[in-house]
Amino acid sequence: MRAFSSLSLAMFKASYRDKAALFFTFMFPLMFLIVFSLLSGVKLGSEVEIAVVGDSRVVAALKNSEGVNLQEFKDSTTAINSLRDGNVAAIVVSQGDSIDVRYANGDRAETGPALAKISDAVASANLGAGTTPPKFAVRQKPIEETAFEPIQYLTPGILSWGVSTAAVFSSALTLVAWRRKQVLRRIQLAPIGRGSVLSSRLLLAIVIALLQAALFVAVATLPVFGLQLSNQWWLAIPLLILGTLAFFSVGMLLGAVCRTEDSVTGAANLAVLPMALLAGSFFPIDKAPDWVKLITNALPLRHMNEGMLDVLVRGKGLEALIVPGSVLIGFTLVISTLAAVFFRWEDK
Amino acid sequence: MTADGPAIVVSDIRKSYGDLRAVDGVSFTVAEGEFFGLLGPNGAGKSTTLEIVEGLRKPDSGSVRILGESPWPRNPKLLPKLGVQLQASSFFERLTSKEQLQTFGSLYGVSRSAAVDMLELVGLTDKADVQDVDLSGGQRQRLSIACALAHDPEIVFLDEPTAALDPQARRNLWDVLRAIQARGKTIVYTTHHLDEAEILCDRVAIVDKGRIMAMGPPAWLVRKLDAQTQVIVEHGTVTADVARTLPGADNVVDDGVSIIIATNDAGLTIKALGELDALNKAQVRTATLEDVFLHLTGRAYRE
Repeated sequence: MRAFSSLSLAMFKASYRDKAALFFTFMFPLMFLIVFSLLSGVKLGSEVEIAVVGDSRVVAALKNSEGVNLQEFKDSTTAINSLRDGNVAAIVVSQGDSIDVRYANGDRAETGPALAKISDAVASANLGAGTTPPKFAVRQKPIEETAFEPIQYLTPGILSWGVSTAAVFSSALTLVAWRRKQVLRRIQLAPIGRGSVLSSRLLLAIVIALLQAALFVAVATLPVFGLQLSNQWWLAIPLLILGTLAFFSVGMLLGAVCRTEDSVTGAANLAVLPMALLAGSFFPIDKAPDWVKLITNALPLRHMNEGMLDVLVRGKGLEALIVPGSVLIGFTLVISTLAAVFFRWEDK
Repeated sequence: MTADGPAIVVSDIRKSYGDLRAVDGVSFTVAEGEFFGLLGPNGAGKSTTLEIVEGLRKPDSGSVRILGESPWPRNPKLLPKLGVQLQASSFFERLTSKEQLQTFGSLYGVSRSAAVDMLELVGLTDKADVQDVDLSGGQRQRLSIACALAHDPEIVFLDEPTAALDPQARRNLWDVLRAIQARGKTIVYTTHHLDEAEILCDRVAIVDKGRIMAMGPPAWLVRKLDAQTQVIVEHGTVTADVARTLPGADNVVDDGVSIIIATNDAGLTIKALGELDALNKAQVRTATLEDVFLHLTGRAYRE
């Protein structure tokens, strides 16, 4: 136990002192988030567009709200078209005392802020009317499934990529450096279980992945990016751990096969970057040809992406973890077995 | 368990890589507390021999006993008694000297403070909070030896600890090695500096082409060679012709700076030179391990 805690402490210290790697691990995914957000046309920090049909105290209250731009429509059909086109985030239809709120499903970036503004407006209208029960009853209803806003899609994808790339690179580079510098031999010559060494390194990888996720999601939920987290977001934690295990084992395999830090860096790039593109971490691959989709289904990152999307954004429950979880566990078993086969204590 | 027995017994070990016989029937015994050197040029088989003794490699044949135990296959009972220093860069990344020792110590279940004591032994107390990359070559080498000692082993293996060090750093390291021996440790080390082994080792084995060519205390090996001693006096103190008539003198060379007298009886020759009052700035050069090596292999040590 002393060996495990002491080794873990040493690795955490070393990792904290490696400022370049820290930057690569934590800031790089954030840079990608900004770049891809801009490329995908996320409206950063703009006013919320709300369509109104009819007039009521609620509409009047909305007019007085900060950061809301109202567009008036004569009938709900044209308003819904505008919603479908993404020109407005929500529609408020007033008929007497009943207020119908329509919105594109909960995945759009502006939907949350728009609904919040509307509910504020309703509350203030009810307050003004001073009646109990409240005068204005609100019925909220999403229109049919629509495409995600880019931020909803980008966050799980870039996060999965960031976690996988950090896990692959750090484990691969550590293994190669330790073998080349004969630290592995020193470990081999010490009366310590190899499990302690491996598990302390793995603990570091998992903690880093969770920190990456916490920072990344925290930034993505800032109003300027506008990520809407589902209530089930914490289901991402087991997925992050399984993903780290899978990509840690990829790093161990690459580290076992490659001799030098340079070659293992190249190999890791070759493994992670095409996989991230094919797995749809940065761009949706829905429009890709079927044979490409077939390939992507064989990629663990694809399943991690999907799982993260399901639990972080789509609000799916535990059942959404079954497929990605099994794929990642199976992948981990196969790759770590291969890594064990190719493992060498020293260069020869 | 073998308090009075030898620390290490190596019997006829052999190891081939393809056609290359890296170790070709090596046997030696090291007593407890002894400073034993494996000498020879690069590629002689010293390192492979050491690795087999440490238990890192399985010999094709032959046996090794350390404190009565076999180091192969990996013997966890024996490992805490062995301290192995590898190359000077065998450190964990980005840890200070103190942290390196604590971490290596922890691999053996040693308390954090005990491990740090080794810094003093190798004279790095003032570098406790410096990372390995910021140490000089000699300091790194001393740290790597300290790491090998972190768990207070009985037997210490050092592979070329003084290679790639400047003369000053080498001499500093000699003091460290002597201090380790003074603590009662058994030391087995390899070097290709024959002069250094002559100064440090109780006993040496001269290795070439996977075999031990000669083994014993350095002084004994040199004396056994029965080589001529060179007595060198300043040019002009005596003439070459006079020098040739001196008792014991064999071959005399006048190189314009010195008269170099090769003698079979240095005592007699020097006495006669003294009587001629010709010993001003005289030098005596005796045979060294390098001469032993030349004699054994028929080729000069430095190729």
